[in-house]
Amino acid sequence: MVTFEEIKKSFLACIWFMFLTFPIMVIRVNTVQNEIEWRWKNMILIGIASFILSFFWRNLFRQKIKKGKQKDPYENTEKISIFQKVLKEKKYYFPGTVALCFFVIGFPLLFSLYQINIMITALIYVMLGLGLNIVVGLAGLLDLGYVAFYAVGAYSYALLHYHFGIGFWIALPLGGLLSAFFGILLGYPVLRLRGDYLAIVTLGFGEIIRLILENWNEFSFGPSGIANIPRPGFFGIKMSLEGHTIYLYYLMILLVLFTIFVVNRLQNSRIGRAWIALREDEIACQAMGIDKAKTKLTAFALGATWAGMGGVIFAAKTTFINPASFTIWESIIILCIVVLGGMGSIFGVISGAMILILLPEYLRAFSEYRMLIFGVVLVVMMIFRPGGIIPDIRRAYKYKSKETH
Amino acid sequence: MMKNRSKKWMITVVVGMLLCLLVPGLGFAADTIKLGVAGAHSGDLASYGIPSVRAAQIVVDEINAKGGVLGKQVELLAEDDVCKPEVATNTATKLLSKKVDVVLGHICSGATKAALGIYKDSKIIVMSPSATNPDLTQSGEYPNFYRTIASDDAQAKLDVDFALNVLKLKKIAVIHDKGDYGKGFAEFAKKFLEESGKAEVVLYEGVTPGAVDYSAVVQKVKQNKAEAVIYGGYHPEASKIVTQMRKKRMKTIFISDDGVKDDTFIKVAGKYSEGVYASGPKDCSQNPLNIAAVKAHKDKYGEAHGAFYENAYTATLALLNAIQKAGSTDYDAVSKALKTEWVETPIGKIRFDDRGDAIGAGFSVYQVQNGKYIELK
Amino acid sequence: MDWNYFLELFLGGLTRGSIYALIALGYTMVYGIIELINFAHGEIYMIGAFTALIVATVLSMLGMNQFAILICAMVAAVVYSCAYGFTVEKLAYKPLRKAPRLSALISAIGMSLFLQNYVLLAQTSDFLPFPSLIPDFEFWEPYAHVISSQELVILMTSFVVMVLLTLLIKFTKIGKAMRATAQDKVMAALVGIDVNRVISVTFIVGSATAAIGGVLIASHIGQINFYIGFIAGIKAFVAAVLGGIGSIPGAVLGSFVLGWTESFFTGYISSDYEDVFAFMFLVFILIFRPAGILGRSETQKV
Repeated sequence: MVTFEEIKKSFLACIWFMFLTFPIMVIRVNTVQNEIEWRWKNMILIGIASFILSFFWRNLFRQKIKKGKQKDPYENTEKISIFQKVLKEKKYYFPGTVALCFFVIGFPLLFSLYQINIMITALIYVMLGLGLNIVVGLAGLLDLGYVAFYAVGAYSYALLHYHFGIGFWIALPLGGLLSAFFGILLGYPVLRLRGDYLAIVTLGFGEIIRLILENWNEFSFGPSGIANIPRPGFFGIKMSLEGHTIYLYYLMILLVLFTIFVVNRLQNSRIGRAWIALREDEIACQAMGIDKAKTKLTAFALGATWAGMGGVIFAAKTTFINPASFTIWESIIILCIVVLGGMGSIFGVISGAMILILLPEYLRAFSEYRMLIFGVVLVVMMIFRPGGIIPDIRRAYKYKSKETH
Repeated sequence: MMKNRSKKWMITVVVGMLLCLLVPGLGFAADTIKLGVAGAHSGDLASYGIPSVRAAQIVVDEINAKGGVLGKQVELLAEDDVCKPEVATNTATKLLSKKVDVVLGHICSGATKAALGIYKDSKIIVMSPSATNPDLTQSGEYPNFYRTIASDDAQAKLDVDFALNVLKLKKIAVIHDKGDYGKGFAEFAKKFLEESGKAEVVLYEGVTPGAVDYSAVVQKVKQNKAEAVIYGGYHPEASKIVTQMRKKRMKTIFISDDGVKDDTFIKVAGKYSEGVYASGPKDCSQNPLNIAAVKAHKDKYGEAHGAFYENAYTATLALLNAIQKAGSTDYDAVSKALKTEWVETPIGKIRFDDRGDAIGAGFSVYQVQNGKYIELK
Repeated sequence: MDWNYFLELFLGGLTRGSIYALIALGYTMVYGIIELINFAHGEIYMIGAFTALIVATVLSMLGMNQFAILICAMVAAVVYSCAYGFTVEKLAYKPLRKAPRLSALISAIGMSLFLQNYVLLAQTSDFLPFPSLIPDFEFWEPYAHVISSQELVILMTSFVVMVLLTLLIKFTKIGKAMRATAQDKVMAALVGIDVNRVISVTFIVGSATAAIGGVLIASHIGQINFYIGFIAGIKAFVAAVLGGIGSIPGAVLGSFVLGWTESFFTGYISSDYEDVFAFMFLVFILIFRPAGILGRSETQKV
């Protein structure tokens, strides 16, 4: 299949990338010492790499286009991935679930402390992802400041413990409630905004919360943070670090199951349908008699609740918090989880969280290259699976003739 | 056709993830002394973390070439924590899973505090080249923590005393970068200034790191007629503020901390850096060990070392020396050795006090004169 | 009321605003055409600054005079930023043109991460001093305590760039094509506009302004590292939204408003909360004008 045309194209790509990366890859200046280092080897490497990769790139695209001709790749309505099929058929579903259950329960026995620890982090992000999924995936409100509610949850536990000695179990619902309150507080003024204006206001809100935590020393202890937050207790039994970690792991599993249960019920409830309607078309939705303000506010409040609870667990897990954990990058990562996994799809969000949180940990093997690879993965995933890993299947009530909207 | 492909795709992902799960668990056991190095090795604070990995690498290579510690080779395990508390706990458990004996790190105070919660329970000695938060040693919460850098309050005390007693200033503006390190330093500076009663703090404010322009704050300093600025933070912001002050033709004295006592500061601020004061570890550039350390970095990496390099070099030496003297990697024995045995390092002959701060590593004030930091005696 | 102080803060805010404006212009142009928050725009700005630094250092070692270095560095920065902007669009955004909008946003975030780490790995994580390419003008010395020559150059450049861009969009053929594409891509294609080409040109022009901004700002601040793009990018994006995203005069106005807000708030109240105040102000403006100061709130067709 390698024709002359192909080689020519790759050759051009090779020349182009060699040109493109010339100053930054080849020359390295040290203005402190006034030295210049020429690294011609890099240029050759880039040339060879781009020559080969451009073949792959075009090949992948050809496949994508071929696939696209069979079916419109962006229309999710009918595309059912193998995963969803497995879920539907009892034959696979039952043994699959049993195996998964065994794996989940046996996980702490099979793997090291580190593995359990990062799995807990991933599970916290599953919760956050599912929460944000309500706001972004279901209600279609782009929220770039979700981390604010996470921070509210974490700080409410830390501060309530510090001042009043309140334990984890009371702080967990309280953190959720406080975050829900903040969700409404944010939701109220932004009811009129749409799309990217909403995104930037929520981004601002996230930054405002972080900056207040950073500057208001009397309230939040400023950038030096709050240390010695207790890990969750279990009827006052003293546990080792390992015991605590395993306990927290099972706790997280239960909480995630609870979240999935609630989100699933919500999705199919009256309010869930209202969210989806709102996402599809605001005006039509209003015309059908749905209270827009109420629907949006519940989406913000319910989404925030999960972030708040996630925050409480986060504080309990790390035992130390400071504002540096709640930067805009965190919001972006959570948004990536939702979009990469598949907006609106619960299984999608779970797999998105697992991949995005565990990937950088496993990429540690590549040490300094890990964030570079992470960036590439994001781009490539989006290009080849724009609807996410496991896209949401729309509930379709079909009429015989295939119609488009 | 399509079904097949997505199936294949799913399988690849699943198999890939399982493989990933298994690989880190496989590690082979060899009889070595494992030195963990944790800190920011990527992200925006990488420039404070990478020098410590390099320092540890250089020391370990040297010691291994000489036959190692207690007849065993030293193995270096570098793990990134991006200076974030939540990642730091993962880093810490990862190092634990790899059965490290001692840890050099973490770089940022916040990350260090979060990670110490884990190391403490597992009785692992941690020594940081750069975490300056006073609580780390003074609160008594972290008996396993040591550091080779002076704490915020010690530095602030030195700078304030210098400003009041040597320069005899009356009106001082205190500015910080809102960060863990800078704000901690500035809080103490403000406290000491107010307690002394000799000078007035005319301005106490934080600037946003990374902002494109600080002219508003600079104007405010001018408006408040401050004679000097005491700045808590790192050199990038310090050089921006100094440059903008000088470009506005202001002659306000600039006093800062260890984060600014870096040659990069002079290079970046250029002629505007003349006359700036900064506190830092006592001048050891004549110390043969220091000369060797600096040269080793230059030879190996072809560039000048970055921030906290000497502190990290010292910490690595101190840790390995304590293991050697203790005769084992046992927690109590090594702790005792750290507190009793003196060790020759690039920053002088040191040992550690009961709280974990280094004794023997003095601090002094420097001034930029003709493009060089000169120690003021 | 101390008028002198007020004037100084005003000018400080103006400089800050024009810095934001140079970056915000690229954001707003790209957004206007393909409705994408181009997260990688800040990185293009950073790459422009790095290219200029590299070229300037190499040339100064060859012993060129300062003015020639400034021109060469600027040209190199513009050329390379344009090339990067063009390539990023082709690789990361073009395949996603029909995809859900959020997918393109994530792709942009991925690209931003990639470019940051690419420069980090290929160059250094340290701050590098950036040579002061703009000289101190002799004739300006009496006023230098109020506003320095560098700040003056930045102000004038952003003004010129804005005027040129407005002319480009109002009066040239490609400008017309851009406006048509912004309104309706399908329709534009139907009347014979090569939409892909228009989008490429938009990215190239946007990257060029970012590169000019990068060189001037780096020369003003005197240092760069791989991370400068992100923070400046976020602020510029806020400015673009404030002014009404998609509108060129809006981006400039929004930048100045943001610059002044920050400057006056710092000057009269406290810099601790300058960003808090800037964001509050943004929320406040958007409550009353949900499409920004100069943005047209589009009527929705049902």
